[in-house]
Amino acid sequence: MPATNKTVDQSALFQFLLRMGDNTLVLGHRVSEWCGHAPVLEEDIALANTALDLIGQTQFWLNLAGEVEGAGRDEDALAFHRDVWDFRNILLVEMPNGDFGQTLMRQFLFDAWASIMLGRLQTSSDERIAGIAAKASKEVAYHLERSADTVVGLGDGTAESHAKMQGALDYLWPYVGEMFISDDVDTAMVSASIAPDPTSLRNEYDAILERVLGQAKLSIPTSQFAHKGGRTGAIHTEHLGHLLTQMQWLQRAYPDASW
Amino acid sequence: MTLPDKPVSSKETDAEFFKNSVPSISQIWEWLHAVPDPEIPVISLTDLGIIRDVVWEGETLVVSVTPTYSGCPATSIINLDIETALRDRGLTNIRLKQQIFPPWTTDWMTPEGAEKLEKYGIAPPTAAGGPKRCPNCSSTNLEKLSQFGSTPCKAQWKCQDCLEPFDYFKCI
Repeated sequence: MPATNKTVDQSALFQFLLRMGDNTLVLGHRVSEWCGHAPVLEEDIALANTALDLIGQTQFWLNLAGEVEGAGRDEDALAFHRDVWDFRNILLVEMPNGDFGQTLMRQFLFDAWASIMLGRLQTSSDERIAGIAAKASKEVAYHLERSADTVVGLGDGTAESHAKMQGALDYLWPYVGEMFISDDVDTAMVSASIAPDPTSLRNEYDAILERVLGQAKLSIPTSQFAHKGGRTGAIHTEHLGHLLTQMQWLQRAYPDASW
Repeated sequence: MTLPDKPVSSKETDAEFFKNSVPSISQIWEWLHAVPDPEIPVISLTDLGIIRDVVWEGETLVVSVTPTYSGCPATSIINLDIETALRDRGLTNIRLKQQIFPPWTTDWMTPEGAEKLEKYGIAPPTAAGGPKRCPNCSSTNLEKLSQFGSTPCKAQWKCQDCLEPFDYFKCI
C-alpha cells in the first residue's frame, strides 16, 4: 500500500488530521491545568502523564497535518499560531475541568471514543496514519483503563461522589453526539479507506458506556441532543478562546520565540 | 563525515578509503550500548530497545530511534546524547530518524536491562501487568499505589512486607 495516496483530496486529509491533532492538543492542555492542583500526589502525576501522552500524540498528528498541507507550517506553528476559528477539535475537549470528577468523566467519554477510533485507524490505507494510531492506541488503552476505573470508583462511591459524577455526566452528555456526526471530510476519508465513518463507531461506544456507567451506578441520559460545530470550526464554545490565550500566551507576546 | 587527509601517494579510490576508515556497524552498536538512558541512567539505550536500526547511507550514518511514550520529554535528550556519543568518536555526518512503527514495546528490553533495573530498585516489566516481586526484599505481597509514576514509563507500587514504595516499569 502506498505511503501517500495522491488521489486523496489533500485538503480533506488536512482537515481530518487537524481534527485528530486538535482533539489531543486541547484535551492535553486542559488536563495539564491540573498539574500541581490534583487532590493527591498520585492523581496529580497520573493527570500530568496523561496530558503528556496527549501532547505527544498531538505532535505526530499536527506534524503530519503540516506535511500534508505543504505550506511550511510545522506542529508548533499549527498549535500556537492559529486562533479559535481555525481549530477543529470537538467541543467536549474544550469544556472546563470543573471538579476532579468532571475532569475524569470528560476523560472517560473521550478515551472510550479514542480507543475505538485508533483501533480502526490502525488499518488505514495511509501508513503514516496507521503508524501513529498503533503508537497512540497503546497509551489510550491505558488512559481508558484508568478513567473507567475512576468513574466506577467515584460513581459507585459515597452519596456525594455519586451525585457529582451524575451531575458531570448530565452536563457533558450533550457534547458526546458530535463525535459521531459525519460530514464531507469524513466521506472523503471513508472513500479513500483512510478513516472510518464516525457514525459506525457509535454501537461499540454505547456498549463501553453501558458497561462502565452501569458498574458506576450512573444513569445514561436519554436525550439525543448534540451541540456541534467544533469539528467543522463553525462554532466553538467561549471556553476555547480563554484556553488559547493561556496556551499561546508566549507565542502571542513574543512571536517565534525559541530557546 | 569529514575524512582525514589521505596521503597523496595513496592508490586507494575515495570509496575504498572511506570503507577502510569508517567504524563498523557492530562497533557503533557497542558505542550506543554505552549511552545511558537520561532518566534511568542504570540502563542503556540499547538495553531499553529504543534504537531500532543503525545503517550507513552513503557517507551518512542513520540511526533510527523509537520513542517509548509519545510525549516522553526524554526523547530530545536521548537524541542529543546519541549524537554527542557518536561525535565524540569522530563521526560528524549523522542523521537521527524517528521511527514510530512498529510501536515500542517493553518486550524489546533486554534481559540484561531488566536485571539492571531490578538491582537499581525498579521492578522490571512483566507480561502479567504488575511487578513479580519487591525489588528490595523479594516479597510477592504487593499493592498498587498508582498506574502512573515519576516518568511516563513507570507506575508506583508498594511492598506490604518491607513497606517500601517502589517504581514498576510499565509493560506496554
